[in-house]
Amino acid sequence: MAIKTEPFILNIGPQHPSTHGVFRLRATLDGEVVVDVEPVIGYLHRGIEKLAEGRTYTQNIPFTDRLDYLASITNNLAYVLAVEKLAEVKVPERAEYLRVITAEMMRIASHLMAVGFFLNDLGAMMTPVLYMWREREKLLDLFEMVCGQRLTYNYMRIGGVSHDIPEEFLPALKRFVAEMPGFIDEYDQLLAGNEILLVRSKGVGVLPEELAINSAASGPVLRASGVKWDIRRADPYSIYDRFDFDIPVGSAGDCYDRYWVRVQEMRQSVRILEQAIPQLPEGEVCAEVPRLLRPPVGEVYGHIEAPKGELGFYLVSDNSIAPYRFRIRPPTLINLTALKDMVIGWKVADLIITFGSIDVCLGEIDR
Amino acid sequence: MTIALNGEEVAEKIRGAFPGSVVAADKAAVIVTNQSLYQVAEFLKNTAGLDFDYLTDLTAVDYLDYFEVVYHLTSLKHNHSLVLKTRCYEREKPVVSSVVNLWRAADFQEREVYDLMGITFEGHPNLKRLLLWEGFVGHPLRRDYL
Amino acid sequence: MTLLEQFQLWLATMWPEWAAYVTPAIVGVVIVIAFALCMVIVFIYFERRLLGRFQIRLGPNRLGPEGIFQPIATAVKVLLKEDIVPAKGDKWLHWLAPLVVFVPVLMIFAVVPFWEGAIFIDLNVGIVYVVAISSVSAVGIYMAGWASNNKYALISALRMVAQVVSYELPVILSILGVVLMVGSLSMSQIVAAQTIPFILLQPLGFIIFFLGAVAEMNRSPFDLLEADSEIVAGFHTEYSGMKFAMFYLGEYCHALAYSCIIATLFLGGWRGPLLPPFLWLLIKVVAVFFVIVWIRATLPRLRVDQLMSFAWKCLLPMAVINLFVVAAEVLWLPESLPWIMVVVNFAFAGALILLWSKLFTLGGGRVEV
Repeated sequence: MAIKTEPFILNIGPQHPSTHGVFRLRATLDGEVVVDVEPVIGYLHRGIEKLAEGRTYTQNIPFTDRLDYLASITNNLAYVLAVEKLAEVKVPERAEYLRVITAEMMRIASHLMAVGFFLNDLGAMMTPVLYMWREREKLLDLFEMVCGQRLTYNYMRIGGVSHDIPEEFLPALKRFVAEMPGFIDEYDQLLAGNEILLVRSKGVGVLPEELAINSAASGPVLRASGVKWDIRRADPYSIYDRFDFDIPVGSAGDCYDRYWVRVQEMRQSVRILEQAIPQLPEGEVCAEVPRLLRPPVGEVYGHIEAPKGELGFYLVSDNSIAPYRFRIRPPTLINLTALKDMVIGWKVADLIITFGSIDVCLGEIDR
Repeated sequence: MTIALNGEEVAEKIRGAFPGSVVAADKAAVIVTNQSLYQVAEFLKNTAGLDFDYLTDLTAVDYLDYFEVVYHLTSLKHNHSLVLKTRCYEREKPVVSSVVNLWRAADFQEREVYDLMGITFEGHPNLKRLLLWEGFVGHPLRRDYL
Repeated sequence: MTLLEQFQLWLATMWPEWAAYVTPAIVGVVIVIAFALCMVIVFIYFERRLLGRFQIRLGPNRLGPEGIFQPIATAVKVLLKEDIVPAKGDKWLHWLAPLVVFVPVLMIFAVVPFWEGAIFIDLNVGIVYVVAISSVSAVGIYMAGWASNNKYALISALRMVAQVVSYELPVILSILGVVLMVGSLSMSQIVAAQTIPFILLQPLGFIIFFLGAVAEMNRSPFDLLEADSEIVAGFHTEYSGMKFAMFYLGEYCHALAYSCIIATLFLGGWRGPLLPPFLWLLIKVVAVFFVIVWIRATLPRLRVDQLMSFAWKCLLPMAVINLFVVAAEVLWLPESLPWIMVVVNFAFAGALILLWSKLFTLGGGRVEV
């Protein structure tokens, strides 16, 4: 005989250790089982899209840092690529390489955070996070060398990048690239075979391929569901068509696959770095672009493969110095669309890890 | 490389299926009437050769005379893309039909457009404000909101 | 005869009978509580430094040499915090719960033998007393969860009850194996019987008891009721100040108490060559605690249904089989050859664990709602 139970509502957040920011999940639970879940967002809404309509194209670059603050270089890149597409600016070769190098470093740093905090959500007591931070710290040091910042880099400019790299940067980066595969092996050794990690994450929070496409999931979430779709390959931007790398694809679309895809992507990013460093040409790092850029009337949608998914900028220009419309396509917000389907029927603990495996960043969701 | 389909060619196909639905078309985009939006979207999604299974981006632009709702569609199968647009001349209570039934991805994005632009999406199962709180007055992304 | 009883007899020669009875009791209580609390402070420091090492960082090292005053500073800070009671909470239960958690844990130390005769009271049902009294704190945690009027706390409290009830069984069954060998329930008798530590004679019993104990003291990977990534801080979400400190101390006291029990039951208690017996006990206790911290720093957490199936599908059947095997060995194996038993039991434990790891998986699936 089944006991009659009544569902109750549990507000997970906005003050909660594992919502990765100020985020609220309004979960309806039946005992420990999730019956319904509704994300409630907007606690960090700063109105960037509105603010950007009153600032010049160049002044908007720092705003993009504040979107996904764990991967601000790629945000910069997506925005400047969109503006360059709109204003038809030609970027110097060296700047293109520097962009790819920093973007791939950023991808590694972002995935390190994602994997670390996924394990933290699994209850592994900060240890994996601190191991990941050991390498992320080196990356942050490298970024500090390049642009003096450790979180919001504001490195890209329309037509190039803000600074050339200092001479100590390349040796340090080479050392990092040489060491990193070993560290990834170490993570694999420590984590990938862990019985508890496997039973907790395999088969949990499954996102079927069809639903993943239908709900426009992107990035590692989409690829973990078995769709071989990476904008670096599907619609190459910058100079990604010159590099040789694989697109890791999961099969089951569960939390473990999302974790696995991220780890493999780190390896591929290291591969891209290995190829990019020797090719780095000499020359200018920024094209001559007027301070007050007036792109021709028109509109553009520029998108890149950010660490968390497809980051797009839809810009409408009316030939003034400020964009007429500045729309950001936030990958993690759209990845969250299918969260409900992934967690219903699972336990609260699975809800937390599924949410963690999507790898959200609230700065980007709320904008 | 994602091929951006020529809007004029796609418009021809749409005209063939739904006469009178296309308002304008150029190389970059197809603009359809408000009433036929859902049918056109369904046609684009389900027609072999087009197969727009992936709604990349949904947003709206306020041109003061009218609102333009912009759909960036992609086909992962054929790796091509299309920009679909529709216009709303009503300012007080603009209404566009929702495409959530076709693409789940529209769920949050339509709520966001409703929240910030004030465009109602007919047929959306849960059309509430997304980023701003319930009871907020006005729609900040409109150009006349100061 | 314990030292305290000798003290009482000696006092009775000079003082009236009631004074001779009360004085040793008070002295004993003070010594035991002082030991427990001092060790807890050491443990808190030890755990934080150790976690630092495991997590490739330093841990607290600012206050005093190597940061040894950090626990004291933490204690002062916690005590100075405002005491908050939820407006709709049950005030009396909210106040009472920390006491109900903390006091029974301290009472466990009454039957821990520190060396020959140095035991507060040598109950002839010592180990039964430990099992009984340590379950009382589950009631306190349930009270805390209920009185807080907080959903996280309530979930945590319900998880706690399920967890303690499930893990009590394998723990008791593995204790029974020890009791069978000794033939007595008294803690000092159990230590006296261990010419060979029982960890060698009953490896499987030790593993089951250790895992069960980790689950009972709510340590990772079984720390579901404080699963901070899921239910914030569990039952003490709504606690602050002194009351929170009671829970915190209670948790470490629990760890200390169980380390003492494990050391006594399986590692030979205070027995050991060369060093003084008390020091031997301390070394064993710290070693057990070290392993607990190590596990905490290493493993992710189980899910609640996996936790249950681990208790009922893995630990309980193994504990039953272990009990039967030990009983058979006690009956039929000659007592003069304990080393045969060591070899047999190690082989047996290895085979059983291997078998269980092949037969059972912990995966629990989706529920249709």
